[in-house]
Amino acid sequence: MFGVSIDNLLNLDQKYYQMDDYQSDIPRWCPGCGDNGILTATQRLLREEQIAPEKTVFVSGIGCSSRFPHYMNTYGFHSLHGRALPIAEGVKIRRPDLHVFVNMGDGDCFSIGAAHWIHALRYNMNMVAMVHDNNIYGLTKKQASPTTPKGLKSNTTPRGAVLEPLNPLVTTLAVSNVSFVANVVEWIPDLLFDVIKKAFHHKGFSFIRILQRCPHFTPHVFDPIMNEPDRLRLLTHDDGMVIPDAIKKIYKNVETHDPSNIHKAREYASDTETIPIGILFRDESVPTYDDIRKPTKPNTPSVINEALQREFDKFGIKPKND
Amino acid sequence: MHTTETPQSKTAPTGQNAKPTVIDEHIIEIVSDSGEGAQTAGQAFGTISARMGNGIWTVEIIPAEIEPPPRTSSGASGIRIRLGSNQITNMGNEADIIVAFNEQALLGREETGNLKKGATIILENRWKDHTNNVIREQYAEVMEHLLAEGYNVIEIPMEEETLKIVKNPRRGKNMFVLGMLSYIYSRDMELAREQIRFAFRKKGEKVIAPNLQLLEAGYNWAKNNLDFQYEITSPPISKPMVVTNGNVAIGMGIMASGMEVCAMYPITPATSASHYLSEVFENAGGMVHQAEDELAACAFAIGASYAGKCAVTITSGPGMALKTELLGLASMAEIPLVLVDVQRGGPSTGLPTKVEQGDLLSAMFNSPGDNPKVVLAPSTIEDCFYSMITARKIAETFRIPVLVLSDANLATGQQPYPRPEFKEEWVAPPYDQNPVPEGTIPYDWDEKTGLSKRIIPGQPGGLFRVTGLAHTRDGHVAYGAGVNQEGCDKRSLKIATFQKTLKTPRVYGPEEGDLLLVGWGSTRGAIEEAVDKARKEGLTVSSLHLKFLMPMASGIGEILKKFKKVITVEINFSDNPEREMITEENRRYSNLAWLLRARYLVDVDSFSNVHGQPLKPSAILEMTRRELKKLN
Ligand SMILES: Cc1ncc(C[n+]2csc(CCOP(=O)(O)OP(=O)(O)O)c2C)c(N)n1
Ligand code: SF4
Ligand SMILES: [Mg+2]
Repeated sequence: MFGVSIDNLLNLDQKYYQMDDYQSDIPRWCPGCGDNGILTATQRLLREEQIAPEKTVFVSGIGCSSRFPHYMNTYGFHSLHGRALPIAEGVKIRRPDLHVFVNMGDGDCFSIGAAHWIHALRYNMNMVAMVHDNNIYGLTKKQASPTTPKGLKSNTTPRGAVLEPLNPLVTTLAVSNVSFVANVVEWIPDLLFDVIKKAFHHKGFSFIRILQRCPHFTPHVFDPIMNEPDRLRLLTHDDGMVIPDAIKKIYKNVETHDPSNIHKAREYASDTETIPIGILFRDESVPTYDDIRKPTKPNTPSVINEALQREFDKFGIKPKND
Repeated sequence: MHTTETPQSKTAPTGQNAKPTVIDEHIIEIVSDSGEGAQTAGQAFGTISARMGNGIWTVEIIPAEIEPPPRTSSGASGIRIRLGSNQITNMGNEADIIVAFNEQALLGREETGNLKKGATIILENRWKDHTNNVIREQYAEVMEHLLAEGYNVIEIPMEEETLKIVKNPRRGKNMFVLGMLSYIYSRDMELAREQIRFAFRKKGEKVIAPNLQLLEAGYNWAKNNLDFQYEITSPPISKPMVVTNGNVAIGMGIMASGMEVCAMYPITPATSASHYLSEVFENAGGMVHQAEDELAACAFAIGASYAGKCAVTITSGPGMALKTELLGLASMAEIPLVLVDVQRGGPSTGLPTKVEQGDLLSAMFNSPGDNPKVVLAPSTIEDCFYSMITARKIAETFRIPVLVLSDANLATGQQPYPRPEFKEEWVAPPYDQNPVPEGTIPYDWDEKTGLSKRIIPGQPGGLFRVTGLAHTRDGHVAYGAGVNQEGCDKRSLKIATFQKTLKTPRVYGPEEGDLLLVGWGSTRGAIEEAVDKARKEGLTVSSLHLKFLMPMASGIGEILKKFKKVITVEINFSDNPEREMITEENRRYSNLAWLLRARYLVDVDSFSNVHGQPLKPSAILEMTRRELKKLN
């Protein structure tokens, strides 16, 4: 990295990290909250990959789910409602050495931060973004979110939500430069883990929508898909995620899907009856904004001076007898 | 004026070149429809003059639309150039000479009081015999008015002459005008040619050649046909200078400060700073990020600052309004940030291309709760450059957002200033990636100063969480009652600590007297010029100009108390106290007056307006005379 003294970049300390090393404060989520599972899967990933905590930044917005960074013993930035993505982009732009993760709620990402969501897909910066989609605003106590099913009663829709929900997968898959889209449920931990891992290894912006239970406010919202395992369509592919046999025993609706096929991905995403689980789309060839905007010169005093002198010459007036 | 004023226009005075009349200074305007290049010609004329050693100040006259309807007084696009033998610090009063491409654009300037009595008007004559009788009539009507008012009108076949050289007169008349002005003001033609080559360097020889021809044509036409010529002498330039506008100076200052990320969203009149930076910042290892909106631009800058060197975001009033929640976050989480607000006319979308200083209070108080930040305002183009270096240093040292308030007047005004001499200390040092000593905590607030050392991601042993929630010294979300009080105390202490480093600003003129004018930002030149003139008339007036608005330096209260009356001079709104409904209990003051009254418990009056024009020294002088008459 430019601007950093090289000797500090070498991590001489060959410590082996345990799960404990990634744990910070004790989570204050409600018992049974799906956020706990997402936290565990993420900590597992860091341990498995032996990622140095100091080289990792978790950025979040505001919401129950956005407390996430406080529970990770890494660097963390619990920011503003809706603004996690542009902050994470700022972190990443000059710090390719840092692993950047973003945790957002459905309100955070699909409502107040919707503009940033669309543009983050376009920038395609190298980071993992997880949306904890509990179909509700949790922290502010049960208001309808963009993904709340029509008819669900909330404090702002006491007679039932009046609009059709937004389909975040279809929206995501429609944006140019999209490079990684996955959908998963937190209650199948092995799949959740595998998706996050694949996202981590993808070069580009990895978007994961995670259906997350909120026993406190939407205890039954996922009942239909939980009670009928066949309503989950598990996507398997040698070049994507391979569904383990143990899981196939319970979830029998498994289909082979080549994640490079965006048309098929869009088709699966549009099917609201059967929810696709796994990697819908992946394209490693999309250029990342962090690469495109990589500095060609270090910003050291001598380089700056040289650039400035050129500018001063351009706008300069010399003494008459010079 | 040079000629006798006869109520007749001169079509083509026979030019018998007498010796040029030597003058001290002149104000020249060029106005046209949008897209006819008046500004390019004017900027070139300004630069040529600066290179000859004259003092200059240029200010662009910009319509709100890109292509407003042609031949309208509100659509006038153009430029004013004030030239002098000595340093020029503001746009001055009324113009001595105006070159107009059509009579309606001219009328727009005349009606708004921008022309001197008896001023020379050089007017395109093609409208006189235009095939469209409406245009003919409009032209005749304006001519009648101008002659009745006693202007010295010279009608000139600019288009006809231009057509001899190029096919499209809209792309050539301006250089013909530059040639004419070069003759009128005895400019060094070699410098003029050089300037044209420079201005069109990206377009190549095909464009340069006809423009050089036009320059000569304009020069020769004026030489053969005009019976007057001026010379504005100047002391020889003794040291290297640069001529830029304020936005370019801000861009250069950003480079010089060692910041490496500038995140922005386009908004007039701030955008040209980012245009400039987009072109050159990468040469200095930097980058400009055009974000999807101002929220994202500010968030991006905060993210970059948090993980590295202090970053900057550039905007204007409406954009700053959108950034306020993020400014609060930077203040709360103590992340360095520089925000440049190139102010324009408000409220709301307001007057996008016009000058105003209406954002001072909102810059200070724009985020919910107590969120200390530093607010400073450059007062000259040169100051725009150095303010960026200062702002970056304060932001990093005090872990605080620093807001730099420029305005439309500085943004497009050009002025020569000494070529800066690079100093390594301008540049931000590499950020720390060393392991942090054991026991280091992220908000280890010093009891006395409120300062703490920033930990940067990547530093081993420094793991912590930033939050916009009330937090403890170790970055944990605060649940206890006293924690927020302590955090607010410590963040506020940093302002006091910083304030101790500020020097008391110097009074311009004697340190006591009848009247003190207080200003901030771009009005400095106009105020000081008015003070000079008033003092020559024997009036006891001084002025004080504030660069730091939050916090203000020590000693200001004492200065205010040494004058019988204090008036702030600002380009923002204040109630007119003469109105029937306005009383001392409901009167709303201009921005700085509010602040001075609140802090120093002194009776401070406001002299302010929101006409969207830079303040003229003459208006300040008149007010000074009026106020002193009331006092004595
Ligand atoms: C600008 C702003 N508007 C509103 C809020 C209040 N607010 C906090 S969290 C939240 C919604 C949380 O819902 P979601 O993003 O789905 O996260 P969850 O709590 O469900 O995890 C709202 C509206 C806020 N903090 N800031
Ligand atoms: S309210 Fe819902 S989302 Fe929030 S912590 Fe409780 S269970 Fe989790
Ligand atoms: Mg939610």
